[in-house]
Amino acid sequence: MADLRCNIAGVKSPNPFWLASAPPTDKRINVERAFEAGWGGVVWKTLGEAGPPVVNVCSRYGSIDYNGQRMVGLNNIELITDRPLEVNLAEITAVKKAWPDRAMVVSLMVPCNEDAWRDILKQVEQTGCDGVELNFGCPHGMSERGMGSAVGQVPGYIRDVTGWCKTHTDLPVFVKLTPNITDIRYPARAAREGGADAVSLINTINSIVSINLDSFSPEPTVAGKGAHGGYCGPAVKPIALSMVSEIARDPETRGLPISGIGGISTWRDAAEYIALSCGSVQVCTAAMRFGFKIIDDLVDGLNNWMDEKGHPTLESFRGLAVPNVTDWNQLDLNYKTIASIDPEKCIECGLCHIVCEDASHQAIARSRDEKGNRIYSVIDPECVGCNLCALVCPIEDCITMVEQDTGLPYLNWTRHPNNPDRI
Amino acid sequence: MSQSHDIRPGRLERTRIEENFSDLHPALTSHQAAVESARCLFCFDAPCTEACPTGIDIPGFIRKIATGNTYGAAVTILSENIMGATCANVCPVEELCEQVCVKNTAEEQAVRIGRLQRFATDHLFDRDKQPFHREPDTGKHIAVVGAGPAGLSCAHRLAMHGHQVTVFEARGKSGGLNEYGLAAYKMNDDRAQREVEFILSLGGIEVKTDRSLGVDFSLASLRADFDAVFLAFGHADVNRLDLDNENTGGVFNAVDFIARIRQEDLQGLPVGRRIVVIGGGNTAIDIAVQMKKLGAEYVTLVYRRGRDDMSATDYEQVIAQTNGVLLKTWASPVKLLSDDQGVTGVTFEYTRKDDKGRLLGTGEFFTIEADQVFKAIGQHLDDNVMEFDDHPAIENGRIRVDEKRRTSLAGVWAGGDCIEGQDLTVVAVQDGKIAAESINKELMES
Repeated sequence: MADLRCNIAGVKSPNPFWLASAPPTDKRINVERAFEAGWGGVVWKTLGEAGPPVVNVCSRYGSIDYNGQRMVGLNNIELITDRPLEVNLAEITAVKKAWPDRAMVVSLMVPCNEDAWRDILKQVEQTGCDGVELNFGCPHGMSERGMGSAVGQVPGYIRDVTGWCKTHTDLPVFVKLTPNITDIRYPARAAREGGADAVSLINTINSIVSINLDSFSPEPTVAGKGAHGGYCGPAVKPIALSMVSEIARDPETRGLPISGIGGISTWRDAAEYIALSCGSVQVCTAAMRFGFKIIDDLVDGLNNWMDEKGHPTLESFRGLAVPNVTDWNQLDLNYKTIASIDPEKCIECGLCHIVCEDASHQAIARSRDEKGNRIYSVIDPECVGCNLCALVCPIEDCITMVEQDTGLPYLNWTRHPNNPDRI
Repeated sequence: MSQSHDIRPGRLERTRIEENFSDLHPALTSHQAAVESARCLFCFDAPCTEACPTGIDIPGFIRKIATGNTYGAAVTILSENIMGATCANVCPVEELCEQVCVKNTAEEQAVRIGRLQRFATDHLFDRDKQPFHREPDTGKHIAVVGAGPAGLSCAHRLAMHGHQVTVFEARGKSGGLNEYGLAAYKMNDDRAQREVEFILSLGGIEVKTDRSLGVDFSLASLRADFDAVFLAFGHADVNRLDLDNENTGGVFNAVDFIARIRQEDLQGLPVGRRIVVIGGGNTAIDIAVQMKKLGAEYVTLVYRRGRDDMSATDYEQVIAQTNGVLLKTWASPVKLLSDDQGVTGVTFEYTRKDDKGRLLGTGEFFTIEADQVFKAIGQHLDDNVMEFDDHPAIENGRIRVDEKRRTSLAGVWAGGDCIEGQDLTVVAVQDGKIAAESINKELMES
């Protein structure tokens, strides 16, 4: 059995799977159920200032279904915890005491002044938690009040607030970044400048999941009106992976620990984030979709894969994909693949043919054999190796992209004869 | 041998009968339709469409169901097959569209095309909408003989093209075998009439019932009075066993009794305790299963050849067996036994094939006691058609047509069971459609 123990910025957990700051981590009862199920840690749902708690609306989530599958993407218009600060602090203290081996990180969001952050940090430190996560990400509600993504969209604010936190606590400080920006490297650099021990990303993406075509209001609908929410779930994973890779590659942030978030539903998703250098991974939508029991497969699947591949620890494959993420202009223009269709596996749906015909390069011919069976075959000289046919083929390994020996050396755009600015 | 002649109505409680004759396949719920439609791959050049005798764009209509455009799905279906609602229930999909579904290869389970088709057509019918419209009146008037699937399909398509159509129907109701010939558990409620009303609601079609060709009017008169004629009168005569006592009490033509099941109060029908059905086609299965559902205790279906030779599909055979019908093969009837009250049983001779595939009696015999005997050994063209002065050419007992469904007579087309081809509703609908297009082309170009 592989060793799944995780240590990110000094925060340790028996496995890398944490529940992200969200409804599943709002209360002791939820968090203890998660720990009983086997989750390695939690980021407690965001605490705000002392005093009257925020008020949430009724009707909070909207979902994207696809082809009969529920919740490919989820959005929410929920705010930070709506329970009194002292209740949350007492519960965090009790849970950490009862589950000392699990990571307990507390998410925080208070107004943008040093006193507010100092005050909350002092109180949170009393809980015995392992770290804090600064919520600079929530794109709805709190951002209108100058918090959440309103901070995360201004690198200077990120730097300053992170700096205050580092000044006023010895706890590891995670900075949670919003994806609702143009270039994720700038807020990440600001976090590092402020002294962040780690960044967590991505928070949710500004979204309206659908418009109700009867009431003409956005979903989720609150008395006929809707507001943009925060989008998450499997649909956002590609966006998150790209942003994680940017931070992992950037010379100014390279080595900054990353807690990966965004559509992680399976052990495979988690392994991909870790391969892009993430220390821990955070899950929310999948738990909201299926309940906490999915942790069994997350742990077991990752373990079995690591055993099979010979990775004894997370460290042994962490970051291995980072060097392979590059800029487009470094890609080898002499690399060539051609689609190959296995007639034994083909079920004759014809999708490869029609998508190539309509949307690509007319490189898949169709014909019939003497029995009338449909035959689809690649016209090699026309195939540009785009993958489209392989992507639409419903049968595993029926269409494969076969590497061709062009006999030509590595050549990227910077040196290509067609590039007027070639080196 | 028992002489009890145990035949009586109401063998089962009414509620039990209603249960037995409820839908063979209940309608899909919208959830089921969503799940099932999501399974469709949206094949290009789809095998299912190719296998459909009417060429329905099956991936197209299934995608419309998947996107919530169920009304559009129904229109896609009905555009090619105006009786798509009936066909959804009675098509042998396991030998047509669903047999060739690529999901059979991928998952050993075809997309349930028939059930999805019903989901779509039910949706449209529940809304009482007529999605088709008529072109401006052409002044042409066409006679259609027979208000069954072929005749109504032809009439509808002709009316869409702006022609006036008069349909002559020998029976009291339109619908043909949809109304009189299909098993009640496949076509329950007033499904067939609802479909007829839908077709006629297009306008331009007048149906005259109780009007028989060769009795009330002649083909010659139709040819004189109309711009074109479409013959779609089926094959109304039933093949005989050619045994003594064939007219004795308790011996029925299966098709006649099936019509009674569709038309009469099920509790009032005479049902024997012991039934013998002779034949190997879907009609034999339909009567056997329905007699069982009506409360018969023993139903034995006897066929002179083997299971693989039966024209009843494998699926239909399974339905018979799961309903408790005993399928007995390789036996041919040689004698109908009777007393003064009617039939008492059937003696069969065992059969076998010789080296050349010919059927031979083995010289060994057995007898099955029966209170009722149903003959389901095929049908043939109505003899009246042969009596026309100028009847169209007949070949193999059916009216000969070309690929456009033109007969040997100018201005006369034919389709449905009275021509060569599979005796299926869907095939009849296609005949009507092809003939209508041919008639339209001919009339409008002349």
